[in-house]
Amino acid sequence: MGVEGIGARVTRKEDKRFLTGKGRYTDDMTVPGMKYAYFIRSPHAHARVKGIDASAARSMPGVIDVLDGKQLQADGIGNLICGWMIHSKDGSPMKMGAWRPLAVDTVRYVGDAIAIVVADSLGEARDAAEAVVIDYEPLPAVTETAVAMAAGAPQLHPEAPNNLIFDWQLGDGDAADRAIASAAHVTEIEIHNNRLSPNPMEPRATLGIYDGAEDHYTCYTTSQNPHVARLVMSAFYNVAPENKLRVIAPDVGGGFGSKIYIYPEEIVCLWASRKTGVPVKWTADRTEAFLTDAHGRDHVSKVKMAFDADNHITALKVDTIANLGAYMSLFSSAVPTYLYATLLSGQYAIPAIHANVRTVYTNTVPVDAYRGAGRPEATYLLERTIETAARELGISPAELRRKNFIRTFPYQTPVIMNYDAGDYEASLNAAMQAADWAGFEARRATSEANGKKRGIGMSCYIEACGIAPSAAVGSLGAGVGLWESAEVRVNAVGTIEVLTGSHSHGQGHETTFAQLVAGRLGVPIESINIVHGDTDKVQMGMGTYGSRSGAVGMSAVVKALEKVEAKAKKIAAHLMEAAEEDIVIENGELKVAGTDKALPWFQVALAAYTAHNLPSGMEPGLKETAFYDPANFTFPAGCYVAEVEIDPETGETDIVQFVAADDFGNIINPLIVEGQVHGGIAQGIGQALLENVQYDANGQLLTASYMDYAMPRADDLPSFKLSHQNTPCPSNPLGIKGCGEAGAIGSPPALINAITDAIGNNGLTMPATPMKVWQALHAAH
Amino acid sequence: MYATSYHRASSVEDAVKLKSAHDEGKYLSGGMTLISTMKQRLAAPSDLIDLRHIPSLRGVRIEGRKVTIGAATPHADVAASRELAAICPALCQLAGHIGDPHVRHMGTIGGSIANNDPAADYPAGVLGLGATVVTDRRSISADDFFTGLFETALAEGEMVTAVTFEAPEKAGYAKFNNPASRFAMTGVFVAKTAGGVRVAVTGAGSSGVFRHSGFEQALAGNWSADALSNITVDSSGLMSDLHANAEYRANLVKVMARRAVASAG
Repeated sequence: MGVEGIGARVTRKEDKRFLTGKGRYTDDMTVPGMKYAYFIRSPHAHARVKGIDASAARSMPGVIDVLDGKQLQADGIGNLICGWMIHSKDGSPMKMGAWRPLAVDTVRYVGDAIAIVVADSLGEARDAAEAVVIDYEPLPAVTETAVAMAAGAPQLHPEAPNNLIFDWQLGDGDAADRAIASAAHVTEIEIHNNRLSPNPMEPRATLGIYDGAEDHYTCYTTSQNPHVARLVMSAFYNVAPENKLRVIAPDVGGGFGSKIYIYPEEIVCLWASRKTGVPVKWTADRTEAFLTDAHGRDHVSKVKMAFDADNHITALKVDTIANLGAYMSLFSSAVPTYLYATLLSGQYAIPAIHANVRTVYTNTVPVDAYRGAGRPEATYLLERTIETAARELGISPAELRRKNFIRTFPYQTPVIMNYDAGDYEASLNAAMQAADWAGFEARRATSEANGKKRGIGMSCYIEACGIAPSAAVGSLGAGVGLWESAEVRVNAVGTIEVLTGSHSHGQGHETTFAQLVAGRLGVPIESINIVHGDTDKVQMGMGTYGSRSGAVGMSAVVKALEKVEAKAKKIAAHLMEAAEEDIVIENGELKVAGTDKALPWFQVALAAYTAHNLPSGMEPGLKETAFYDPANFTFPAGCYVAEVEIDPETGETDIVQFVAADDFGNIINPLIVEGQVHGGIAQGIGQALLENVQYDANGQLLTASYMDYAMPRADDLPSFKLSHQNTPCPSNPLGIKGCGEAGAIGSPPALINAITDAIGNNGLTMPATPMKVWQALHAAH
Repeated sequence: MYATSYHRASSVEDAVKLKSAHDEGKYLSGGMTLISTMKQRLAAPSDLIDLRHIPSLRGVRIEGRKVTIGAATPHADVAASRELAAICPALCQLAGHIGDPHVRHMGTIGGSIANNDPAADYPAGVLGLGATVVTDRRSISADDFFTGLFETALAEGEMVTAVTFEAPEKAGYAKFNNPASRFAMTGVFVAKTAGGVRVAVTGAGSSGVFRHSGFEQALAGNWSADALSNITVDSSGLMSDLHANAEYRANLVKVMARRAVASAG
């Protein structure tokens, strides 16, 4: 496809501005008359709010106004919602407690917003915030996932007795129970998936602008899906009708899921702008990010995996409690259900699977999708369990996996998913070869001689991404469709603008989307611009999450391009007096196949706009729109191998090698895919070894800064050995899968399997900090 | 941050005068802790008196085996001092592993020991070397200087001007990083000095940096890592926090002490 087309290692077009500090982020936006907002947040994890006295604050220097939840409610602004309906197994709908953008009578986590101060400067807003007197009556709090439903636990919402949001199941429980009862071996294990804070480099920010003359709102925001933000703010929060609300997500510095959701701050700043008559900007500081960005994971599970005498898996039974925090965030209910339990078959043929998932409220930050969203939890559970089973059964972990791999496609799992393509053994073989698995015992002996403990572990992951067919997700409770739209605008001189509903916040769409067009038309990549992130420019879109921009967003571009190409061919055929079906597009020209007749691309574009000589009845112009709704999820899969060396004196883990063998189908840009995998593995290593959100018993967040929340740094990471296998995805026109989340999904179990192998103690939980490894090592011996 | 007035002192006398003129003022010598604290509105000095630009407070001076480090000398300068490395490489190594490059170019030895963070590196070095802390009005031995968590013998308005010590016969420093902050979760400085063997532990004690007499006695008789093998570190009096409990810290104290001895030069 040429040096700039699909498959080429094109360096990222957007990096010049990012690397030279010229990116334009929400906090860089400045408009005349703009003022600054400071949110007053609850210092208590749970309290009744008995009164707010802002009288002194209102008269302080620079203060425009202090606004609270009662005023917001009086103006008809709605509560935040969860957009995915889940029903409990008794048929009752999930119990959604009210989440007001500004709390009115009760606060439910440290950081819950209560009021907003708007002032000439941030300093003055903060000064005034300290003068606002709030009368709290502290209430007891609950933070722990496993005890939220216990008798006597503090209750968060009257709608949800025992803090239970829903008690949901998937699969055939009776079949699983029968298989377990008659099994030759049953592996039982308890799995904890630690709570994480997403930590994008750019904290959340928003600028709300109300234009009184036009009765129109503009919202700059750090969003992964500006159109969804507009839809939700308009349809559910009653901020403004869609035609009166423009949402712009300019350059966004990372999201990892945390910027999918509509948070209170966007809503409140838009409303405050109307109330005060001035544009209102808010930017989170890092502490606010820890206190208010939706967290990820936080599951506790009990697992049973049954085997027959030949070591084939006969059943899997999972009982999970998932912590959703103080309120139900936008997609929180989907994460521990349809993005989790549907992946519990993994890469294995398991005849019977049953998952029971209970979700609970606690006095903690709301929990929602974070890089991988449900799939890392499923993969960790499954890959820790099968590893444990291999140890119990005394067979090699590779052998046990190999024996149980799914080998024919399509494959219908017992938990909804229909895998369309894959070759799991190819990735397993590639990973083991790259890791020199066969030579491990010799390396272990060398480590032992040096007083170190060495271990090796693998993880065979599968994930479902590209989410997904709209009708399918709709039938499962989604409040939106999950298609994508694209528009290809060919200018009169042949340059091209591609408008996409996908949103790039680090993924490199400006490069990969342009590669697709450059490759198909044979025009220079510089002649193509990718436009995204503005509801006034792009008609509609569902945004970027779930590794969907390639599989879904680019497929929409393909559909629009096909329409553009068809029209261009008609014009070229007319101009060259040839048959339409004989026209081919190659190297920037429209050629009559088998002849030397050709027209340059720009000339056909110009002809479309001069309209002097078009086929009879053809409209002028060259611009097409398409909506693409995928036929299925895509199923990236792979095998990761981690090898570690542990210092038994300190418990410190050194990752001596990390191998990733991924099947992402066809690859648009290997350079960008490798970067995505590197970043994903870094986050997976963070989860496995370093990161852990911790609250104390009173609900105070103990890990509210980098002094206590351990983010991976460069020297925590090894060099990664990557390879790609390719079973093209049959469900989209490009044959591509998704690569954005795989690294974070596949890596944690490989690491914990390696560490537990090294220390001979399987009872280790994430993160495997030096102290925990040291304790586990000494408990084992 | 609350509003504050910044003053750049030109001399020690100027700094002392500025400080006495502003009751609610604070000395600033790098600000690696103070500025963060102010940004969080947990400290609100009316005035900041910056000591980093006083020429007499900067630099490493060596006369024979006597070392004098100006209080406003940044960690990066100590780490890079070849003259110091020739007679006390352990202190260069300690300074070279504080924080990150930004911290090492802003933070100073005087700022570090005056703040006396229980997880800072310099208190271990200064106490381990048996150094003398020189102030604008007196000299204080390291044994008397560090008095508790973020507490020192400094009187109100008193400022550190230098740290002096005799280069030890041998010294070593080993630390185990807190995985999040990269402060010392435990750091041990060992030194064979003219006045005897000294072992100072930072990052572990619930009252801040402390000397370990059991290790000192063992090493006085036999300067080797193995001399410490049979000594049990008492976990009482050690810190327990999110990252490490007292028992694990007790283990680290011993492991780091052995490594410090093994690496001593």
